[in-house]
Formats: sequence, structure tokens, C-alpha cells
Amino acid sequence: MDVEHLVTMANDIAAFFDAESGEKAPDSVRFHISRFWELRMRRAIVEHLQKGGAGLSPTARAAVEKLAPVA
Amino acid sequence: MYAKDYHDLGTPAANGESVTLDIDGATITVPAGTSIMRAAALADRDVPKLCATDTLKHFGSCRVCLVEIEGRKGFPASCTTEVAAGMKVRTQSEALSKMRRGVLELYVSEHPMGSCPDSSRCELEHLAEQHGIGESRYAGAQTARHVHTPKPVDHSNPYFRFDNDLCIVCSRCVRACEETQGTYALTIQGRGLESSVAASQDQPFLESECVSCGACVEACPTGALMEKSSLAAGLPQRAVATTCAYCGVGCSLIAEVTDGAVSRMVPNRDGRANQGHACVKGRFAYGYATHADRVKKPLVRKRITDEWTEVSWEEAINYAASEFKRIQAKYGKDSIGGITSSRCTNEETFLVQKLVRAAFGTNNVDTCARVCHSPTGYGLKHTLGESAGTQEFVSVQHADVIMVIGASPTEAHPVFASQMKRRLRAGAKLIVIDPRAIPLVKSPHVEADYHLRLLPGTNVAIINALAHVIVTEGLTKEDYVAARCEKESWEKWKKFVAEAVNSPEAMEPVTGVKAELIRGAARLYAQGPNGAIYYGLGVTEHSQGSTMVMGIANLAMATGNLGREGVGVSPLRGQNNVQGSCDMGSFPHEFSGYRHVSDDSVRAQFESMWKVHLSAEQGLRIPNMFEAALDGSFKGMYIQGEDLAQSDPNTSHVTAALSSLECLVIQDIFHNETAKFAHVFLPGTSFLEKDGTFTNAERRISRVRKVIEPLCGYADWEVTMLLSNALGYPMNYRHPSEIMDEIAALTPTFTGVSFEKIDRLGSIQWPCNEQAPDGTPTMHVGQFVRGKGKFYVTAYVPTSERTSSKYPLLLTTGRILSQYNVGAQTRRTANLAWHSEDRLEIHPHDAEARGIDHGDWVGVTSRAGDTVLRVEITDRVAVGVVYTTFHFPESGANLITTENSDWATNCPEYKVTAVQVVKVAQPAAWQQRRQAAVPAKRPRRAPSPVGN
Repeated sequence: MDVEHLVTMANDIAAFFDAESGEKAPDSVRFHISRFWELRMRRAIVEHLQKGGAGLSPTARAAVEKLAPVA
Repeated sequence: MYAKDYHDLGTPAANGESVTLDIDGATITVPAGTSIMRAAALADRDVPKLCATDTLKHFGSCRVCLVEIEGRKGFPASCTTEVAAGMKVRTQSEALSKMRRGVLELYVSEHPMGSCPDSSRCELEHLAEQHGIGESRYAGAQTARHVHTPKPVDHSNPYFRFDNDLCIVCSRCVRACEETQGTYALTIQGRGLESSVAASQDQPFLESECVSCGACVEACPTGALMEKSSLAAGLPQRAVATTCAYCGVGCSLIAEVTDGAVSRMVPNRDGRANQGHACVKGRFAYGYATHADRVKKPLVRKRITDEWTEVSWEEAINYAASEFKRIQAKYGKDSIGGITSSRCTNEETFLVQKLVRAAFGTNNVDTCARVCHSPTGYGLKHTLGESAGTQEFVSVQHADVIMVIGASPTEAHPVFASQMKRRLRAGAKLIVIDPRAIPLVKSPHVEADYHLRLLPGTNVAIINALAHVIVTEGLTKEDYVAARCEKESWEKWKKFVAEAVNSPEAMEPVTGVKAELIRGAARLYAQGPNGAIYYGLGVTEHSQGSTMVMGIANLAMATGNLGREGVGVSPLRGQNNVQGSCDMGSFPHEFSGYRHVSDDSVRAQFESMWKVHLSAEQGLRIPNMFEAALDGSFKGMYIQGEDLAQSDPNTSHVTAALSSLECLVIQDIFHNETAKFAHVFLPGTSFLEKDGTFTNAERRISRVRKVIEPLCGYADWEVTMLLSNALGYPMNYRHPSEIMDEIAALTPTFTGVSFEKIDRLGSIQWPCNEQAPDGTPTMHVGQFVRGKGKFYVTAYVPTSERTSSKYPLLLTTGRILSQYNVGAQTRRTANLAWHSEDRLEIHPHDAEARGIDHGDWVGVTSRAGDTVLRVEITDRVAVGVVYTTFHFPESGANLITTENSDWATNCPEYKVTAVQVVKVAQPAAWQQRRQAAVPAKRPRRAPSPVGN
């Protein structure tokens, strides 16, 4: 998977929930990703985080941290 | 003329209190306001008529329908005289008969007996014969109009011809153009013997404002206006009621069949969605179904660079199955997937997703709705609780304020647009929110009260500004919200939209719309009292598509505009079965009825019925499939009825992904752009060749009925079964009705649906279950499906696709009336007479700055790619905005659209692409090669063969 694209997608999701959910935004983003992203996409974004998570917004980063571990 | 055996009641139905009267000794009770003519017809005492038909208001010109009423003087016209309690009417007497014969004889002087090409269907000749008239005493140059003022026959329209010599100037065609279609293209010009029907300024039909809906042809009581296909084929031997396969209006049509071929298509007057109307596509553009380009034999090749080899069905199916098995054995079960089509039936899409989940053993299934209305599903599900529009189309007749956002109904949903325009002519107000001056902004007798001409990509800014006005000016319906919505979300949303950053004044520089216009539009909508919102892909195909859908739902909830007739939130679905394909479980995360695959209890129901283990992991969406293909983890696809290579954004990215697949199986009626990358081509069937159902934009499930046998031997659902059986997962349905029975057994909103019930009721709007056995025309009555409606904070987040000095213009896209989506169907019909190429619309100022003249070729370059289009200079688009349609593959519109997508659903952002436009000498080399390879393309406005 193109991880750069996944980072953009995660940040876009975070941008919505930053306004909608406030401090609960990371949970909302994590829930959204866990409901709509296929396994290899989730694995790729988690691996990206483990390598530093470049480009992830703070909310997206916090959400991906909560995603791990992915089988 | 309408179907010969149709019982035309003469005038439209009324809806007053019951009135009882006597007609020729028969007692009949009808609603007050009913004409004597209609009451008599209902009592089987039909009164002769010529200028009356039950789709049009009474006119009272022909003087054939005279009757006698006890206690009244004279002979009133039964079409213009309303019934009254206790009235005694005589429709037959010697005096009436004598008068009718006299009048008919005058008509026959203008239209001699036997002059119609199909006299058996000519209402005048039929009546004259009934009254014993063989010829007229008044025939001749002094008295007969056709002799006095002869005119050449107008053959200009590809689908019908107008023979003035057969016209009796009854005005039915003129009134149909006004009342039914709302175009006002026809008129009666001249007086007395000089009077005649004229299109626009007495122009040939094709060159006039006529939109070729065919309402005039159907209304004509003689053969003056007649379909060329009927003229060629003669009388039909049978007629089959079915459902149109074009847009999401889902018109009910009657296909007339002569010698095994469709000779005419007429709208079903009992059709609840279309109310007896159709458009240039549904009524006339069905010839693609039997076009010479149809692929009728299965094709196979090992490599996409090889030539195709024609093989047997067995060979093609076995090859596809063995390849899918080989790929899964090598790369894992999630290395393949499938795509369902909004052009196919509910039963077919259900089977394809079943094949993927049960036979492939993965949830890698998606549908073409991904690239159009997936944000509608997400946004409406989260706010209101159901992924569907809230109204039926007739609801618009109760609307006081109609808001159209990002849609052009007259071009993309023309039959519903006619209904909408009828309501607007009756006084409803209109707000249009669109970057482009769509035809609805100003058309005969319709003018928008507000046109908020926003910059592409700023929808959410506008919806928040509208909400700001409604909240800060106290225009919300507090009681409604308190009773029906979540308090916490309401308070949070109210606080958010009231912030100064969302005010029209703050948003004016963002949206380009003057604040006072936004304020005026907000006040108008909120105070309706009935405000109805209709929207299209101009809402969904954005990076904030789902946010905007939520914003629309917020606005409707805040103003109490949900849960009754005349209000609501109605997505105008692009294709015939977008709603159905979504309902049927085509999304990778949901089973039918929008239930997540991770829900153990739901999955258990499917596992029990399908007798197979199902994955609890959601699969890949279409754009994710491309990504996975490019990274080497996705290797095989089965695509039914969808042309990804033409319809998805960033074509070079898509084609790179498709090229990387080891087995691509296409099932379609024509070779398309995607087929260039396929290894197996399975011939598909058109809507005329199979049974099933479509679900339109109002959640209306309608029957598709087989009119002719499948040209390739199998209906699409049968081909899916063959593939499944070859993969070792047995499917043995004998008829699509059995598939619907399975859908009903597994889907809570469909439990009451069956083919038998649809046949009995005509159509059914889901939910149809124990609580609503006959269906649900209006949703969310009393309470929302999710219980309490939920407001979502919808902050405006600008798209990353922005203009720059290199790409200073914003490109947006749309449709034109005569063509449909990627054009696979309409490009193979005579609709090319109206639109034979995509053009780039550009504002005169932008054109002048670039030295571009009307008709020039221009290069259009974006960050994703470039193409060449011919230019049309028009102020329909604003300065800084350009627009094109995407009906022709040689236009390469998606070469320039980007991969930006909706944050929630990955629906592509087709509607915003930053581009530069420069004058060039000629189309690109690839376009020239392609055009040279398509000799069938006809010149603009060329006459075309009958029946195409």
C-alpha cells in the first residue's frame, strides 16, 4: 500500500473528528479506521507509525497508536 | 399516440369530496372537481373526444365531447364541466350525434380518412368511423388546411417525424410540452387555415428548443407526430412493462414488441416515479441493446497484449475459475475481489457480492456507487439512521421551498425535473447552490429566487453559513428538535455554527457568494414552511462529501424539514440502481441492509443461509484495490458492468493497477476501456434481456421484465452462477424471484418484498416489512430510524486541490441531457445528434485572456495529467471555473482528475481539479488515433437511422 496515501487519508479523517469529537477525536478516528480500512491498510499504517509515523497529524498519530497491535 | 388498449379517461383525476351523479342511467360516485368526461369514462360511458387526454388539463377546443345535462340549457363540453351532486347527464342523443358528426366531418376535411400511416391508432379516424363518416363534404383548397397551407414533413428529429398535413391543431402536443415536460418549445402559430404547430421560431424540431422527451408524440391523437420506429415496424404484437436502465428516477416504461424486436417505448401511465413521462434517453435511446458492437461470445486471452480468442461459455468460465483458484493458492484468498454494478439488477448485484464473500471467501467487494453516492450512505446513516433518501418524488408537489445543491435535474434527472418545474410554476420558491448556472436557474416560467454560485470545493462553507443564519436569527424549530434529536449533539452543533467564523460575511471570501444572498436563502428555506433539499454528485464527489451530506441533514433537522410530505433530504442518484446496489451489500464492510460484516449475529444469519464461513474483516474499496494491485498483493478481479478505466479518477494510476492484475474478468455488453486490460470477457445482457428489479432514488423497487431473449444466451445472474459453480460454491436459482426471496429472508428492510407483491402493487418503497407491509413512501415519520436524530459538527476543511499560478482554473464536471455517464449506451444511439463530443466550457474573460475562440482545441493540464478538448465559451460558468462532461472516452476527462477523495468513503473528488487551459492546434496524438479507430462516430446534428 502507498503509505503516503494512507497518511493523507488518516489525516483527512482526523481533520473531521478534530472538530466533531474534540478530545475524543483519536478514539473516533481509530473506530473509523477499524470499521472501514482493510487489514493490509491498517497493518501498513501501524508499521509506518512504528517507523516514526512521518506526516501523521497529532490526532491521526494518536489514533494509529490505539489501533496496534494488528494481527 | 398512447398504447391502443389504454383506457384514456380524458381529464386528470381530482381529489375532492365524493359526489354522486347519474350518467346515462348509471349511478357513479367520483371526487368533486372531476370532469363529466372522466366520470363518464369511469362509468364505461366514454364520451367522444379529440383535444382531451387524461395526462393534460382540459382544454375544451374540439367540441366533440358535448353532452346534455338535465335542467341546463345547451350542450356543455364534458371535459370542462365538473360533476355536481344529483346531476343527470346524457352522453348519447340524436342531437348530440348530429353535432358530433358535423364537427368530425370538419376535422376529416383537414385529415382525410386513411391518410394516417397507422389508421387503426388514429383517434380521429377511429371516431369518424364510429360516426359513419367516410369522407368530408368540405375537402378542398378553400377549406382544408393541409391543402391550403401544405408543409414539408419535418424529419429532423432522429426519433420522430412531424407531418403537418395530418395535424388537426388540437394543441395536445403544445400542452404536453408545457404541462408534462415544462419546456415550452411548441406553439400554435397563425390563425384559421394558416394555423399550425411550430417548434420554437418555426424551426425544424432538431434545431429548436425541443428536448425530444416525446411527450408531444405520445399526446398526438393522429399520426402527425409519430415515432419513426413505429412507422417502420408497424403495430406491436405484445407489450411488456419494465423499468428504464438510465438514471436514478427509474421510470416505468412499456416496451412494445413487433416481430421480436422493440418497436416503441412509452412511459407507463401507472408508473409512480415518472407519472407517465419519460425523456430522450428512456423513451428513445434503447437501440444500443441491439447495436452491432454487442459482444455475444465469451473471449479469453492469456496476456493483455494477445488477441482475443472466441471460446465456449464452459471454456471461459472454467478458465476464469481456474485462474482465480491459482491466484488465491499463490497469493492468499484476499488477493482477488469483485465489483458490482449500479447498471445491473438487485438480484445480480446481490449474487456478485455473495460470490465474492461465499465463493471467493473474502469481503473484497465494492460497487461503482463508491465513486458517486457513497458519502450519501455514510452521511445519512450517521445523522438520520438510514442510507437513503427520505421522500418519494411526488412529495415535491407539497414543497414550498426547493433547494437544489450540486445537481442539474433537467440534464441528469429530466423526468423528475419536469415534476419539480411543475411545482415551481405553481409558486414554490427555488434556491440553487451550484458553481454553474444550470438550466433550472432560468428557464421558461421558472427562475431561481437565489442562485448561490459558489466556488467549487466550498459546499461545506456554504452549508455552515446557511446554518449560521438559521441559528443566530432564531429560525430553528426548537420543539421539533427537542422532541426528535439528541440534545447534546444539538447544543454542540448550534454553538459551532453560531461562531463568527461560519457567518456568511466571514465565508464570503471563501465561497465567492455575497453574504446577503446566503442570508436571504437561509431565511427562505427555514421559513418554507415546507423546505425540500435535492442534491447530486456536486455534493458527494468532494473531499468533504460526507461532511456536506451531514451538513444538509443538520440543516433539515434544525428546521424541522424531515418526516412528512413536501420536505426531506433527497439524493438524486446517478444510475438506475445506485440505491439498489448499495442496499444489496455491495460495500466491502456491509452485508445487505447496511450491516457491518464484523457483527457476529448478522454474519451468523448469512453463514446459516449460505452454508459457508464468512470473514469478519471488511475488504478493500475500489481505490484501495488499485493500491493493493500496485503493491502486488491484489491480483484478480471480477467486474460486472463497470468501466473502471474510464470512470475512475487519475486514469494513468487506474490503468497501471489494472495492467498489474494476473486475471481480470469483465462482464459487459460492449468492449470498454477496462476490457483492454482483461483476460476473460464474459458477454453481458441489457435490461431488455432479463428479469429482476431496480431500486430508484426514492427507494422504489420496480420490476425489470424480460422483453427479448439474451443475445449471448445467458442473463447476467446466470453467468455469475456459472462462475460460482465452477469455483465449487453451488448456486442453483431457477429465476431471479428466488434470489429476491433470499434477499428478503436476510434483509430486515426487505422482509415483505417479493416479485409477487411488486407485480401486485406496481412497485414498493423499502422499508417493506411487518411494520410497513406495503412499503414506506416517506421515511422518519414520527421519529428517525436511528431513534434520535444526531447533529454532527461539520467544520469546513479546504480541499488540498487548490489553484496556483501553474494551475489557475478550477475544473468541475457534469452531465448533459442526451448522454449518460461514460456514454457506453447513449454513444451507440442517435442521441449523438445532440451531443457528439465533450466540450470544455470556459468564461469569456478567461477565454479572452488566453486568446481562445469558440470551437478552438485547448489543452487542459492538471497535476494528474492532461488532455485536449474543444472549447465552448459561455457565461454559464463563472470566471476562474471551467466545466466539462465526461461521456466520451476520447475526451480523457479522468486523465486530469486527481486521486483526492472523501475522507470517510474514498469517493473521488471529481468536482474540483486545478487546471491550466491553453490553446492548441489539434487533439493529442492518442486522441487522434482513437478517433480514427471509431468510424461509427457521427457528425453533430446528422440525421440518423430509425430506431437507434
